[in-house]
Amino acid sequence: MATAAQRRIKSVSYAKYGYIFTAPFFIVYFIFMLYPLIQTFILAFYGNGESNKLHEAGTCIHNFVGTSNFRAILLGGEDRASRAIHKEFFHYFGNTLIIWIGNFIPQICLSLLLAVWFTDLRVKMPGKGFFKVVMYMPNIITAASVAALFMSLCGNSKYSVLNNFLLNHNYIDEAVQFATNKWSSRIIVMFIQIWMWFGNTMIMLMSGIQGINESLFEAAEIDGANSRQTFWRITFPLLKTIMVYTLLTSMIGGLQMFDIPYMFHTGNIINEHIATVAIFIYDFFHKDYLHPSYGYSAAASVVLFVITAILGALVFYVQRDKDAIELRKKRKAARKEAQRKAARGGGLGL
Amino acid sequence: MKKVTYAADKGGYQKKVVAKSALIYAALILLTLICLIPIWILVVNATRQHNDIASHGLSLLPNTYLFKNIDTLRSNALYTSFFHPIIGMRNSLIIAGSCAALTVFFAGLTAYGIVVYEFKAKGLMFTFIIAVMMVPAQVTAVGFMKLLVSWKLLDSYIPLILPAIAAPAIVFFMRQYMLSSFPLDIIEAARIDGSSEFRTFLTIAIPMMKPAFAVQAIFAFISKWNDYYNQSLVLVSGDYHKNTMPMMIQGVMGIDRNPDYGANYAAIFLSIIPVVVVYLVLSRFIIGGVAAGGVKE
Repeated sequence: MATAAQRRIKSVSYAKYGYIFTAPFFIVYFIFMLYPLIQTFILAFYGNGESNKLHEAGTCIHNFVGTSNFRAILLGGEDRASRAIHKEFFHYFGNTLIIWIGNFIPQICLSLLLAVWFTDLRVKMPGKGFFKVVMYMPNIITAASVAALFMSLCGNSKYSVLNNFLLNHNYIDEAVQFATNKWSSRIIVMFIQIWMWFGNTMIMLMSGIQGINESLFEAAEIDGANSRQTFWRITFPLLKTIMVYTLLTSMIGGLQMFDIPYMFHTGNIINEHIATVAIFIYDFFHKDYLHPSYGYSAAASVVLFVITAILGALVFYVQRDKDAIELRKKRKAARKEAQRKAARGGGLGL
Repeated sequence: MKKVTYAADKGGYQKKVVAKSALIYAALILLTLICLIPIWILVVNATRQHNDIASHGLSLLPNTYLFKNIDTLRSNALYTSFFHPIIGMRNSLIIAGSCAALTVFFAGLTAYGIVVYEFKAKGLMFTFIIAVMMVPAQVTAVGFMKLLVSWKLLDSYIPLILPAIAAPAIVFFMRQYMLSSFPLDIIEAARIDGSSEFRTFLTIAIPMMKPAFAVQAIFAFISKWNDYYNQSLVLVSGDYHKNTMPMMIQGVMGIDRNPDYGANYAAIFLSIIPVVVVYLVLSRFIIGGVAAGGVKE
């Protein structure tokens, strides 16, 4: 009797709904993301369609070329063309690193300082909400508009705000090419990146600090620790995980930096001093999209993917403890749940 | 004796707190100014004539030429060949709006499927979602472009909207949210009352998870409104009937001969107004959402 009832209960299975509900996600993901990703990996081993310009749009044939795209990008290859590609890739990669470092270090220091101030119990601060709202605002403004705005503020034209100011006060005799010069353009891009992202980093660090047990801060205060001691002995060590997480995700984001460097110019020529890896990839297959050079782009994408994968693995390594504990807890809960269900089933049967 | 020391100490302590607060305040006001001044200059210059900007340079007080500048945008051939704020906003709204709706609905559905049901591939699916969360869009772009060319999807909104169904990071966020604040017993109760599984999701799960849905919808909307990369990838024809706001702004920057600076500023001003208004109205939600870690896409 009991066993028959139990069997009947078990025969109502909802497992198929699990598949039905998750199906749209996976179907769309496979078509629009996984399939293109695999295509990218395949295209990395095919040519750049150099001699196929005469073919009809979309039908140009790319021959299998083995690892020569990778060799061209990473090592320089044999001929002049691939040496130029190699040079360009490393130039752009270097730009990416320089701009990322120049934006990340000041940004994390500033954000950390602000996060500590905002969460300091001892400092009374009316209008905290207002400051947070204002400081996060640059992050939500369209990057294209931000680039255009800063181009009007400190671009090459003599009408840009900065040049205009310097000219009117006779500090300079003719307009400075701020947006084209090597270091001024890089510094402007770094500044824009900091301007756009420090609010975001600050709020993330703040939620990290708020996650620290408050009684630790209270204990420190009672023991007579000053702000500096509290920061270096309590906040900073306990914030390490979230800082490393911020560092790694910022690195991954930095490698994809595209919008601002791509759009910070007038006319149609991208400034080579601020061009990033993402621009390298984009340019080769998009400039002439009907006869694209997939090969170099795809090979550079694969390189980018490998670096991102390593950084991503590090993120999980950093967060492993928390997740493992959570998993163990969940397993225990599931086991208990199963036991309870079994007990309930048995009860019903009786 | 003891009391005196205590009082004296307390006084010193408070003085220190006041001094420190003042210092912090000064720094915060400075940073607020740095955040706002570029935007303020934009607003002011959008209301000034080109000649005024060119000859007088910086000004912090608005003028009255905003509507004239907008008229220039609508009549001057330099701008009308690509810049149409109404069309651009409409297109951006179509893309960002449908993306936001699809993203939250399907991310919610997927997370619900993974959290609520017990099935064999469950663990594998979740591991997969975590693994692909950080794959950058740039890495898939080459293959995506090939797909667009061979399936003739260039210049169509389908490849801009449909992929929004699959947003791994948002599925992850929804799952965390469901685990922490969605009682599974309620589903059991709905089943006993004869509700179908899908109806339970629609009429019970969605209303209960409204806060998570709202925050993620706002983020999805803003990030798609701002997404220049994918839009420029797909919309290659340059036809302004299809172009979105960020692409039109990119066009404004492309003018290198005799731009009208007043009109340029007005164009940028028009492009950021919708986002800033949405942000100011919903800022509490948005900042709460960032703190909850729900911004990464």
